[in-house]
Amino acid sequence: MEIAVISGKGGTGKSSISAAFATLNGDVVLADCDVDAANLYLLFDPFVEEEEVYIAGHKAVIDYSKCTNCKMCKDYCRFDAISLKNDKIVISEISCDGCFLCSRICPENAIRMVANDKSRMYSGSFRNGKMIYGRLAPGEENSGKLVNMVRLKAKQLSEENGMNIIILDGPPGIGCPVISTITGVSKVVIVTEPTISGLDDLKRTVGIVQKFNLLAYIIINKYDLNFSLSAQIKKWCKESNITMAGELPFDKNIVEAMVQGKSITEFNPEINISKKIKIIWNKIINQKT
Amino acid sequence: MNQPVSDMIKIAVASGKGGTGKTYISTNLFYSLSKKNYRVAMVDCDAEAPNAVAFFESEIVGKTEVTQKVPVINSDICTFCGKCHEYCNYNAIFILPPMKIVKVIEDLCHDCGACSVACKSGAISEKPVSLGQVTTFSVKGKPSLLEARINIGVMSPVTVIKAAIKQIDNQSDIAILDSPPGTSCPFVQTAASADYVILVTEPTPFGLSDLKQSVETLKTINKPFGVIINRAGLGNNSVMEYLTHENIQLLLEIPFNKEIAVLYSNGRLVSETNEIFSEQLLSVFENIIENHGNSSN
Ligand code: SF4
Ligand code: SF4
Repeated sequence: MEIAVISGKGGTGKSSISAAFATLNGDVVLADCDVDAANLYLLFDPFVEEEEVYIAGHKAVIDYSKCTNCKMCKDYCRFDAISLKNDKIVISEISCDGCFLCSRICPENAIRMVANDKSRMYSGSFRNGKMIYGRLAPGEENSGKLVNMVRLKAKQLSEENGMNIIILDGPPGIGCPVISTITGVSKVVIVTEPTISGLDDLKRTVGIVQKFNLLAYIIINKYDLNFSLSAQIKKWCKESNITMAGELPFDKNIVEAMVQGKSITEFNPEINISKKIKIIWNKIINQKT
Repeated sequence: MNQPVSDMIKIAVASGKGGTGKTYISTNLFYSLSKKNYRVAMVDCDAEAPNAVAFFESEIVGKTEVTQKVPVINSDICTFCGKCHEYCNYNAIFILPPMKIVKVIEDLCHDCGACSVACKSGAISEKPVSLGQVTTFSVKGKPSLLEARINIGVMSPVTVIKAAIKQIDNQSDIAILDSPPGTSCPFVQTAASADYVILVTEPTPFGLSDLKQSVETLKTINKPFGVIINRAGLGNNSVMEYLTHENIQLLLEIPFNKEIAVLYSNGRLVSETNEIFSEQLLSVFENIIENHGNSSN
């Protein structure tokens, strides 16, 4: 069973909740799909057994010994990546999308495409099973593909080790990496917060989950920061027929646990928030789909 | 590219991960600057989950659709040579010559135009499809808040973000860009168009790890930046130690305060009632201008 934990906005406490989920059971496979800002390895200090290179697209590089300044590439590039500076063709690494067009049309064959090979995927063991995380090199795109690679590895490790539960800690937002994280999973847990824009974000996130016909569970984190907005969120969930998995209070222990490199349920299983997370988790995994 | 060089200063407010208070800083900075009669605009570049507008009494004064082009292949003219498929580096063209099937997978298309160049039979034309919108809001009678918002299911927010930044009017001297989370392409595109980047972080292990990644990214594109530590007092000292060690400028420390979190959750601007906070943000701004103002043009 693959369970994805996502949130429309970052910073809702999604990773802390995923970490708690991962340490409640026997062995699980934990995949950090927030490849843009992988964090969970900080709590679990996994023993890395494998490192794989991820090719995040290409960049065009110009060979000045061949370039005759015909400017054809500049005319064709739709990403405004090619400009003329001091009578020299310059390709902006930031703007280049890696489409290969310039390298194909250059009559002098002066443009070479170079693979971006600085991104990595790591997999290994942690105290509660197996763990996989991606690390996108700064500024790279195509994180959706790296998410796919992380998920494939997670499935493989789950089968090889007989660990049935895969927990995917997703990226924020509703774009490509999120879509890659949730397509085909068994259940999606959406962590939200009672802020002025929380409900709007939640609606967009639920929208994307429903677009893929997936089962969504809502957790309102820090519900006690704003009781009336929390009530609004619950009301909307009820009206829209979306399952509320539960509410969690604001608790400074979350940060304390993080500082000590533990999940909140490891840090102190007896406090209110830890008990609540346990109830929520049981509800999510036990409900028949 | 050939627009006149303006002397507007653009400041991006960013954080590696979301939820560190990036929007909290950008909205309050925007508010504090406009109260001092600076000519300031704000762009909400968090196009996957924009929310800055919730903090202001505002009115929609304009909306533009952002589109990209995608190819349309006329299968009557198509010779099924497969050239377009070969040129498309994003796997957006599916072709089965024996069955005479050719399909464009629009969601994967990056609007690079390569297939049109590849096709020698003139079978490819292009049509626009919507990616999202840029909405202009007027705040206190001034059309000064722009919001980038992508449609559900759109893969990358970059085109919409760029369109929003382009729409900042030249009546403004300052633009605040509320940047998207993460350190990948959308963040880089936003940061690259700014003159200075304020990184907002929190003093926790997650905060530090994201901060390091953001710093690494900004160094690769050579952007000047400084750091605001939000929710100081929660967590530990490691962010401070890192800043000292790396010689990175600390712009401001904002102590953790649960009341602020509650005000924020209600969509309130803390700087509206808290003069001290407002003054602190203004001095952060003046500090940036003094050290990095683009007096060069
Ligand atoms: S590869 Fe594509 S995006 Fe990059 S410079 Fe060449 S034409 Fe432009
Ligand atoms: S425009 Fe570029 S990305 Fe789109 S289908 Fe054609 S070759 Fe592929």
